Amino acid sequence: MWKWLKTLYHRLGSPKWFYQITGSWLPWFAGAAVVFLGVGLVWGLAFAPADYQQGNSFRIIYIHVPAAFLAQSVYIMMAVAGVVLLVWKMKMADVVAQSLAPFGATMTFLALLTGAIWGVPTWGTWWMWDARLTSMLILFFLYLGVIALREALQPQEVAAKACALLAIVGVINIPIIKYSVDWWYTLHQPATFTLTEKPAMPASMWVPLLIMLLGFYALLGWSVILRARAEVLKREYKAGWVKELLQRK
Amino acid sequence: MNKPAAAFCRLKQKPANLPGLFAVFKAALGREWRMQVRRRGDLVNPLVFFALVVVLFPLGISPTEDILAPVAPGVLWVAALLATLMSLDALFRPDLLDGSLEQQLVTGYPLAPLALAKLGVHWLLSSLPLILLSPFLGIMLYLPWEAQGVMMLALLLGSLALSLVGAIGAALTAGVGKSGVLMTLLVLPFYIPVLIFGTGAMQAAISGGSAMAHLSLLGALAALAITLAPWAIAAGLKIAVSGE
Repeated sequence: MWKWLKTLYHRLGSPKWFYQITGSWLPWFAGAAVVFLGVGLVWGLAFAPADYQQGNSFRIIYIHVPAAFLAQSVYIMMAVAGVVLLVWKMKMADVVAQSLAPFGATMTFLALLTGAIWGVPTWGTWWMWDARLTSMLILFFLYLGVIALREALQPQEVAAKACALLAIVGVINIPIIKYSVDWWYTLHQPATFTLTEKPAMPASMWVPLLIMLLGFYALLGWSVILRARAEVLKREYKAGWVKELLQRK
Repeated sequence: MNKPAAAFCRLKQKPANLPGLFAVFKAALGREWRMQVRRRGDLVNPLVFFALVVVLFPLGISPTEDILAPVAPGVLWVAALLATLMSLDALFRPDLLDGSLEQQLVTGYPLAPLALAKLGVHWLLSSLPLILLSPFLGIMLYLPWEAQGVMMLALLLGSLALSLVGAIGAALTAGVGKSGVLMTLLVLPFYIPVLIFGTGAMQAAISGGSAMAHLSLLGALAALAITLAPWAIAAGLKIAVSGE
């Protein structure tokens, strides 16, 4: 098993192998995303019981929570890809990091947007300087920074290494930013509203949430592989196997 | 044969007769001092910028004391953050363009201490004057007297972290022609903790409490930045040189 994983890791490091291996993965990720998201959405939006305090407006968590979850884990994945690039000089890690950034930014935006929509019936306002909202907004700017840096730097290898370094610096800083924002919030706004501590949800509520989370991860896999494959073709357009591929079609 | 450790931190083995790292650090300090003192505009402009931004707020919000005094800590800190960013923009670019950065890279000495020397001099020449200027602007914003000392102390600690973290962004964008806006986008999110603890210290002092908790946290951020940031700066500079 370990040996198989190691071979797979090394093979995925080669653009050609990556393109060939992931081609067969795509339908699986797409299928899983469709099934999980479909089941999760229908279950969560139509069949899960309404919250006793928030009524039906709580149902937005079936999009909000997975989006927020992914927004954070995608940044960590980006930093891990950055370490792989800087330490093992594996160029495919950068292709993956490049594909991750827009998805992570989208998820952060989605989390902010659904949070704002949820805020209207619950808090009576679109935006509150709540600690979680604020640190999410900062995360959004961190994503935009990585994307902007890649746009600005010219030779691709330089942009790759610079983005990797920025993602690693970001990962070290995210906990510091998070805790300082938490503290700032408690200092400046003595609990006008608190996000009620997570109530022990009944299974009929959290099972669809879990399914949605799996669906979002499948969507992430599908989107990243799709983007990475396109990027591989773009970067390797001079290679023989890409020319062959293009002529065949 | 290169030992792995030597291969990790320097490009080639150091011959025995070369000066030690500390002597090189001192020489770098001297060089940076001479170079930066001579670029007078780069030193003065951020200070003028700092004062100008602060002056805009009474004009934009209200000149009355009861409105200005509560927002004074935030205004001063935001202006200080932006002025620090401005001063860092052209930190590495001249060295990159005239090739001296590449020369530093091939000397065989680790780049991080050399970058630290540059930042030390830069802090002395641009952050320290900013700290000395801040009480005057504080008076203009009706900042209470008891907060003035805390502000200078907080700026003293906070500006260390600001300079060092900002220099990571300056190193990454050294090869980009006009990097002002890009650097702001990269670095400002990392400045948020310093802003929070800095204004927190001043507000604690204004309300009569102890600012020690915030000042200690600022000190922790500064210590963390001094120990970790030079390595990130060095890595960023190596990336910038490889792109030339």
